[in-house]
Amino acid sequence: MTTNTPTNGGAALIRALELEGVDVIFGLPGGAILPVYDPIIDSPIRHILVRHEQGAGHMAEGYAHATGRPGVAMVTSGPAATNIVTPLADAYMDSVPMVVITGQVGSAGIGLDAFQEVDTVGITRSITKHNELVTRAEDIPRIVREAFHIATTGRPGPVLIDIPKDMVDPNHPNSKMNWYWPESVDLPGYSPRLEGDPAAIEAAARLILAAERPVLYVGGGILKARAAEPLRALAEMLEIPVVTTLMARGAIPDDHPLCLGMPGMHGNYTAVTAMQESDLLIALGARFDDRVTGKVSTFAPEAKIIHVDIDPAEHGKVRRPDVAIVGDCRLVIEELLVALRTLGAPDAGADLRPWRSTLSGWQEKYPLAYEQSEVGDLLKPQYVLEMLSGSVPEDCIVASGVGQHQMWTSQYWKFTHPYTWINSGGLGTMGFSVPAAIGAKVGRPDRMVWAVDGDGCFQMTAQELVTAAAERIPVKIAILNNAYLGMVRQWQEMFYEERYSEVYLSPDLPDYKMWAEAMGCVGMRVESPEDVLPAIERANEIDDRPVVIDFRTDSREKVFPMVPAGASNSDIVVGPEPR
Amino acid sequence: MSAPGAEIASAGEAALDVRHHILSVLVENKPGVLARVAGLFARRGFNIFSLAVAPTDDPRLSRITIVVDVRSTPLEQVTKQLDKLINVVQIDELAPDSAVERELMIVTVTVDAVGRADLLALTAEYSGVVLDEAADRITVSLGGTPEALDAFTARMGSAVVAYQRTGRIALPRIAH
Repeated sequence: MTTNTPTNGGAALIRALELEGVDVIFGLPGGAILPVYDPIIDSPIRHILVRHEQGAGHMAEGYAHATGRPGVAMVTSGPAATNIVTPLADAYMDSVPMVVITGQVGSAGIGLDAFQEVDTVGITRSITKHNELVTRAEDIPRIVREAFHIATTGRPGPVLIDIPKDMVDPNHPNSKMNWYWPESVDLPGYSPRLEGDPAAIEAAARLILAAERPVLYVGGGILKARAAEPLRALAEMLEIPVVTTLMARGAIPDDHPLCLGMPGMHGNYTAVTAMQESDLLIALGARFDDRVTGKVSTFAPEAKIIHVDIDPAEHGKVRRPDVAIVGDCRLVIEELLVALRTLGAPDAGADLRPWRSTLSGWQEKYPLAYEQSEVGDLLKPQYVLEMLSGSVPEDCIVASGVGQHQMWTSQYWKFTHPYTWINSGGLGTMGFSVPAAIGAKVGRPDRMVWAVDGDGCFQMTAQELVTAAAERIPVKIAILNNAYLGMVRQWQEMFYEERYSEVYLSPDLPDYKMWAEAMGCVGMRVESPEDVLPAIERANEIDDRPVVIDFRTDSREKVFPMVPAGASNSDIVVGPEPR
Repeated sequence: MSAPGAEIASAGEAALDVRHHILSVLVENKPGVLARVAGLFARRGFNIFSLAVAPTDDPRLSRITIVVDVRSTPLEQVTKQLDKLINVVQIDELAPDSAVERELMIVTVTVDAVGRADLLALTAEYSGVVLDEAADRITVSLGGTPEALDAFTARMGSAVVAYQRTGRIALPRIAH
């Protein structure tokens, strides 16, 4: 299609998506979006037909996490738009680049309570980085171009385009337009700052060289900036220990001597306490989330703060930084490395050996630990994860849902590669893992993709395994089936005097093996430790359909360490009281 | 339950703790922009005290002048979040002593309470204009600083029948 060729909004939309490099759309058609589904037939873009619109959104997120490219979902109006609200909110909280296209009722029906009409831009305004209702077909190429620019630059996030049916229906005069493709975007209110302020960089470098107990506090922004390599260079230059938050697991390999692992509510003792005792936290793409800081007024009381974030609204939101640097983490770290060298690093830095020796003492004294199950008892979830993590390729991608299984996966999976961990951190969306894993596998078909799920989570989005079976997307699902909403059970046990209210789910209703088979997957059930590894190895061999393994795990097992909600990180509970 | 007097005292302290802040927000002149801006205040339960919106000399841009009752710290956060909105081009917080402000008011008053002659004299004193007259009522318009409008209103007292203000508009001072 050349410039000024007469066309219609629907064909222009698909052409614009092709020009943005979109190779796959996750979606489900319906009345208002119908006209756009016709030109898809002739487009090289792959369309993956989901079974529920929430699945489309989480698949687009999984795709984006795994590839670094924006995920694209397309659904119709009304209930389809409301079904994708949760993935939009999830992507907004975790800064995931995503473009969602929703159909809307025809312009003439908007605001008249037409069939399948909701105010989609109104509903999604506070959970998108930007959204726009198309009011003229000729705006479509411009709006698509802007949407991808906004979703992928600065702090990434979801952008929604709501398109009334008459704008894309070739039989409607409102869809008539002449094709064009904008050379550039014109957004006078949007210009993210990428390079750090040199004075602030120098001030940060001086603080780093003076610090005796520094910690690199690394958040999801490091991965969004694709900055794992410069992070490693910064850590190694002065041998500064690194904590990787839930959103940053894998940013530096877990087996790297400077990696302390995950901090926060279920972080390990050393990572949590290193931050508490630190005299300088170098926060890189991290947002001082309440799950990391615990009680804010007692968090890292002696630490000065260097806060690097591309989003200026993060600076001072929770903790006032001593040096705030607005910029892209990758560029800022590279600038910091230059500044540190200019100031005489690595020789000019303080002697960090006593600090690292303190930390390794803690690591020896307080390792992550659990008790193996007795013969005849149910599986320990941690054991399943150790077996799983140890028997997959190093670059295997793992997705998780939300709850105990998520925390155990983050704790016990040995992350050696960045961009291999996909989970719902900020919003905490149960049911995230199955569709996210499918999206990741679509984006990275060369990689093995496992989802670790809970039985509660699995029941929320399992239907997308039908999508995976139909589209031959061979993801593998490990259900840690403890027959409970486990994290809620844990809180009721610890904070509600073991009064278990509405948390029991049953281990065999549904029968997960039969359910998996009914959805076109291979289903397995594992109940004893000696069967764990053979089942995993069998699953790893299957590459033509999805696999689901129902691991029957011990419901009494709790996630430790734990900083109770609202408590100080200094009051970390390392393990269960002896029985 | 605390004594009624104590509640009044604490409410008074709270009132002292918050301040009027004036934000001058330059936005793209597009549908939904006002809802985006207002939504950021509504989300946190901040009350918008007054709001004035109109296109600027550049028809692609509008200026929103917002007066909001909020403490300084959360305001800084809201301002940063406003700046994140794609359609927001620029934000200035205007300190009252470094800004010029004006507001317009239309007010209908009964003649009985004040007396027609006094009313016209007072209107003239505040450089007001009579817009509409009936035997028992007069409608006048008045432009000035928000404080001048407050003072005029106070002097009208219970004679006010209907009352509409535009909310203030403001620009930074050019002379110091």
